[in-house]
Amino acid sequence: MKRNILLSLALLLSITQTHAVPIEVLHWWTSGGEAKSIGQLKTLLEKEGYTWKDFAVAGGAGENAMTVLKTRVVSGNPPASAQIKGPAIQEWAGMDVLASLDDVAAKENWNKILPSVVQKTMQNKGHYVAVPVNVHRVNWLWVNPKIFEKAGATVPKNWDEFAVAAEKIQKAGFIPVAHGGQAWQDATAFEAIALGIGGADFYSKAFIKMDPAALDSPTMQKAFDTFRTYQKYTDKNNAGRDWNLATAMVLNGKAAMQIMGDWAKGEFTNASKVAGKDFLCVPVPSTDQSYTFNIDSFVMFKGTADTKKAQDAMARLILTPDFQNTFNLNKGSIPVRTDMDKNKFDFCGKKSMEDFASTSKKGTLLPSMAHNMAVPSVSQGAMFDVITNFFNSTQSSKDASKALAAAVKANKS
Amino acid sequence: MKKFFENRLSLLVTAPTFACMLVFVYGFMAWTAWISFTGSTMLPVHTFAGLSNYEFLFGNERWSVAIRNLLVFSTLFIGGSMTLGLFLAILIDQKIRTEGFLRAIFLYPMALSFIVTGTAWKWILNPGTGLEKLFQDMGWATFTFDWLIDPKMSIYTVVIAGIWQSTGFVMALFLAGLRGIDSNIVKAAQIDGASTFDLYAKILLPNLRATFFSVGMILCHIAIKSFDLVMALTGGGPGYSSDLPATFMYTFSFNRNQMGAGAASAVIMLATTMAVIVPYLYSESRRNHA
Repeated sequence: MKRNILLSLALLLSITQTHAVPIEVLHWWTSGGEAKSIGQLKTLLEKEGYTWKDFAVAGGAGENAMTVLKTRVVSGNPPASAQIKGPAIQEWAGMDVLASLDDVAAKENWNKILPSVVQKTMQNKGHYVAVPVNVHRVNWLWVNPKIFEKAGATVPKNWDEFAVAAEKIQKAGFIPVAHGGQAWQDATAFEAIALGIGGADFYSKAFIKMDPAALDSPTMQKAFDTFRTYQKYTDKNNAGRDWNLATAMVLNGKAAMQIMGDWAKGEFTNASKVAGKDFLCVPVPSTDQSYTFNIDSFVMFKGTADTKKAQDAMARLILTPDFQNTFNLNKGSIPVRTDMDKNKFDFCGKKSMEDFASTSKKGTLLPSMAHNMAVPSVSQGAMFDVITNFFNSTQSSKDASKALAAAVKANKS
Repeated sequence: MKKFFENRLSLLVTAPTFACMLVFVYGFMAWTAWISFTGSTMLPVHTFAGLSNYEFLFGNERWSVAIRNLLVFSTLFIGGSMTLGLFLAILIDQKIRTEGFLRAIFLYPMALSFIVTGTAWKWILNPGTGLEKLFQDMGWATFTFDWLIDPKMSIYTVVIAGIWQSTGFVMALFLAGLRGIDSNIVKAAQIDGASTFDLYAKILLPNLRATFFSVGMILCHIAIKSFDLVMALTGGGPGYSSDLPATFMYTFSFNRNQMGAGAASAVIMLATTMAVIVPYLYSESRRNHA
């Protein structure tokens, strides 16, 4: 009798224990604001009774995390959730290891609150397999207005005005453009220039559809020419410079402009600079009607029924208005939901949210090639090689344009 | 039974290590070679794809740069380290007073990791904050030393940092070799009236054949697997001008989801190494038997 009671007590306890299902989440948000933001998701999930098993892998903007993830998947023990973005979602879905999030999507009305281009990125064969967390705008130009005043130049709205302004700034003794000589930064600048020179349609044909007629074209040559002009106004020591050191040059009044995504804003706000007074955020010249985005997202790997409950809860919580606000206010990005209140965000965030909505309607909301959003990593790598080689050699625009088309062709998986 | 184990004790003790090495080193080399013939992209798959990965490599401009850099880097690194190390060893061998102190100073760089060496030299060779600025501030206004940011010269900066790190180690090996030569030979040569130069060139150095062999082996494997030095010093840049096959393989296998091409590049690295080492090994072993 006693044994039976003890046995049933043990069974009861074990049943209640299994309710605290751990959800293991792989991500690379390990620095200050990012860690705080993801910690918010952990708190929300734990309130609902799930335990969060953190699997943070720092470094390389996710490269190390992806390598670790591959080893876990190959050994048959994937984490419950991983931070994967862009076309990589499709590559993983092709391996048939991702769980579907259609039921959460239907219940929470994702089709109404997400722009159509974002919906497509998160779906594989019409089924939701990933949940977006935030939106970064990549085609921002960060400007130091005091230098422009001293040089008597105006902030350029197109690439012709850019050359004029840069000349004036250089004559006044400042560095016109702060650039970091790393492949991804070269590509970030180049894709913004190509977008400005060729427009959204051209960008789409060249960097999303990878049409050889667009890659090797007079427009692409003109983009490379403009990139050469841009290079003329950077300083000699840009090789290997990290992006935040280039932002610091604009911050400290050494350089006038930098093409960088909205994460650069964090550098300014951490140094107590005020938007509109100490620094300006304007769209890269000639791209004010377009928006290149970089969206972080989480995928859920197929697991047990218990894990599915935790995964669905996580997916649902990520897109709730409260979390969207807290996360993005801490990280410096904007919510991916289109129905959020703009007034909580600062000047650059507000403009970003307005442009996000308006370009989505116009069809000029584009994934950023330089940030793994537009094409598979093998094609992106090939484009990076051509762009950075052009930047670091005396190659002509005609040859670079040909090389771009050839590299993409040779690297089609 | 006991006699059986006693007679073969050495074989039995080294057997586990040997088995592990067979599996984990040679077994996985064979696995990599197999993967290089498949169409693996993100994860290994086993669909046969013939020589397509090798064709891809030979048409890839970045790979040609990497191979060229490997040949330049290995030759200069091994040649430079050996010459400088031997020279330092001969100098220290002259029975100087502060021998122990000097030996320790020359050997210290070897204790650093390549990452530290790469980072330190990156700061030293940076035109804006390093040597160039130092000399210009001191008054030599036209001094330029911007190899680090010059795509044509960036690989030579890797050579400089590598030689700086390994010369002390080479010196220590050669010093041990020189000290290991029977002093009677030296005394006999000196009685016969050999000059110091003749003594070294014609008598001592030929006796160091075994030391040359060890030094060559060690430097060769350091040169081939230089990954951390390149990443810390130049990041493979500017552009991809200082890329080496090791960094190429890592980028293509893990960042660009092209495991087949990465495996093929690893196989080619192995073939290059074997093409140099195997004849050397053979000639050395023949000499020992002769």
